[in-house]
Amino acid sequence: MGISTPASDTLVSFRGVQKSYDGESLIVKHLDLDIRRGEFLTMLGPSGSGKTTCLMMLAGFETPTHGEIRLDGQLLNNVPPHKRNIGMVFQNYALFPHMTVAENLAYPLTIRKMNKSEIAERVKKALGMVKLDALAHRYPGQMSGGQQQRVALARALVFEPQLVLMDEPLGALDKQLREHMQLEIKHIHENLGITVVYVTHDQGEALTMSDRVAVFKDGVIQQIDAANVLYEAPVNSFVANFIGENNTLHGEVVDVAGQHCAVRLASGEVVKASAICVGRNGEPTSMSIRPERVRLNQLAEACENRLKAKLAEFIYFGDHVRLRLDVAGQSGFMVKVPVGELDSSWKTGDMLDVGWMARDIRALDSAIVSH
Amino acid sequence: MNAPLTAADGESLKVKLARERRNKQLKAIALVAPLALFLLLTFLVPIAMLLKRSVDNPEVITYLPQTSAEIASWDRRGLPSEAVFAAMARDLTVAKEQKTVSEISKRLNMDISGFRSLIQRSARKMPLEVAAGESVRDQFIAMDERWGDPDHWHVIAKNAKSWTPYYLYSSLDLRETKAGTPELAPEEERAFLSIFGRTLWMSMWITLISVLLGYPIAYWLANLPARKSNLLMILVLLPFWTSVLVRVASWIVLLQQEGLINSALMGLGIIGEPLQLAFNRTGVYIAMVHILLPFVILPAYSVMKSIPPTYMRAAISLGDHPFAAFWKIYFPQTVAGVAAGALLVFIMCMGYYITPALLGGPQEQMVSYYVAFYTNVTINWGMAAALGSLLLVATMTLYAVYSKLVGANKLSLG
Repeated sequence: MGISTPASDTLVSFRGVQKSYDGESLIVKHLDLDIRRGEFLTMLGPSGSGKTTCLMMLAGFETPTHGEIRLDGQLLNNVPPHKRNIGMVFQNYALFPHMTVAENLAYPLTIRKMNKSEIAERVKKALGMVKLDALAHRYPGQMSGGQQQRVALARALVFEPQLVLMDEPLGALDKQLREHMQLEIKHIHENLGITVVYVTHDQGEALTMSDRVAVFKDGVIQQIDAANVLYEAPVNSFVANFIGENNTLHGEVVDVAGQHCAVRLASGEVVKASAICVGRNGEPTSMSIRPERVRLNQLAEACENRLKAKLAEFIYFGDHVRLRLDVAGQSGFMVKVPVGELDSSWKTGDMLDVGWMARDIRALDSAIVSH
Repeated sequence: MNAPLTAADGESLKVKLARERRNKQLKAIALVAPLALFLLLTFLVPIAMLLKRSVDNPEVITYLPQTSAEIASWDRRGLPSEAVFAAMARDLTVAKEQKTVSEISKRLNMDISGFRSLIQRSARKMPLEVAAGESVRDQFIAMDERWGDPDHWHVIAKNAKSWTPYYLYSSLDLRETKAGTPELAPEEERAFLSIFGRTLWMSMWITLISVLLGYPIAYWLANLPARKSNLLMILVLLPFWTSVLVRVASWIVLLQQEGLINSALMGLGIIGEPLQLAFNRTGVYIAMVHILLPFVILPAYSVMKSIPPTYMRAAISLGDHPFAAFWKIYFPQTVAGVAAGALLVFIMCMGYYITPALLGGPQEQMVSYYVAFYTNVTINWGMAAALGSLLLVATMTLYAVYSKLVGANKLSLG
């Protein structure tokens, strides 16, 4: 993958970029971002977080209120969108309905004044890439959503741009097709070595496909890292809650010692956690732990932190069962148990031992986030 | 193996299904029936009657029944036989008693002027007293020598059937030769071809101006934020809520020689003498475009509203200049809506009456004016119906051509 080569240089750079629509509030507060050549970078965030605005500024459909955007060293601010040579895939496909698939694909090539035989060859190649060779003469209206999305993808790639932007391209597809297309886009990216900037609000999609994910909130990048780092080592409570499933325990910092800290929960128990983003003693913190890192009963015995929990609910998921627990007076604490490890004597209302390692629970800022 | 499937009560499934379907159909018919009946009575039947009226020719065959029967065997050479003259004498006697002479004379006078007085004068002398051995024909000719002219008998013979192409021919500046084939009327008698031409020509210009003015407005409205575009849409629709008559009257106030526009322009010293804006073609164009503009704007707007902005963005991101992208991507998608609007305007123009009648001079009167003229002034239903039918046919032909060009399935009224 592109990310592993240390020599990979920067293709796109945002420097001090701000964007405001109304002159009163900033939709992008301050953006410094380098996108590496050949990288698959995803901008992830809830709606209104500024991720799409960043993409539109890169495409040229919005102008930054302040700051610079460079593509391959060249300042983009005053380059009109049709001269940027950036491919783009839209959420609603935006295939021209009065043109056939082949005509849609030939469109950017005709503009670039290629000769007919070359156009035909490239269109054929692009259709082969998305496995739609047989449908060249269909109109978009005669195709399924997934097929249309492939054509849109092929159209954005057919003129061989160095950068391809994708604005929630799979948002309109059903779950199964979406997962299939995620892999397909990922493979195309790997095969062609192009740079992709992908915008989505679906964290699963971001984790599956990307080399790096930039998590946006309120116009600021909260964290930009590879998927596994984001999941295992979120730097603040927003990222912890936004990426994957998360259990939160609220408490108060009582001691910070090096990489660890001690946090007293409202019920009085003290928990030892990794100190990631905590203030001084006495300040509130919210601690984050993934459901699969929590151990129960005998397994919990070896853990640094052990608490009593009341079993509130079983939720059956087929391959595993989720237990909803009340821990230290805080409800909604989830634990994942593989079906094979489930003790059949458990029933709701039972008291269980729960435990986790200090390295697995991260003490973060206390911002209250609705998940 | 292939025994028909049966329901639990032993009845065939097919029979049950058919019954169910029939019930549904009956319900649908019952729901549609009132409107269908209404349309039949108020739309289809009048159109059928209009079409019939344009070829209807009842006068001669009704009021000269015996003559009509006798003249059928005339070989069209020389004068008709003695029997025809005798039948005519009997028919005219009856007509005189029943006071239907004017109906006959009016109809025959359309073909040959002067026929009216001939019939009326002869009818007054009925019944003829014919002595034995005397020829009725000679008596008729003695009464008025025009009875000795075969042309007059040709006209009677031609009209002795219940339908006639006369009105349709007249509406197209044609006349029937003695052989029964149509030929173009002499130049000084032609009128309607140029009126039809004028109607088409003016409709075309009004449609063109409306599209040229309406398209940018519709585009602008479709791309405004909803709140603003709703407000402006009310302004577009405002003219709909005032009577056409009021609007035409206000245009007269604005456009006439001493009207607001002329006095303002003269007051500003832009023009030295008033412009001729009303009671000529300019006035008709201005007022008709104003009245019909919403019919272009609304369908165009609704089509444009349904085109997401991403199409243009996609085209631009693929490297096309925004103007070229507009022409290649946006415009083709709006054609259907604009075409629907244009067709609507064109068809409405073809039958427009009030605006040209009030704001135009004699050179601006369109076919509908003459329909009204024949209906209200000369009470010539045949001509009115024939002109109306031809207008209908012209409209339908244009629609057919149009939908062939644009593709009827693409034609969308929003």
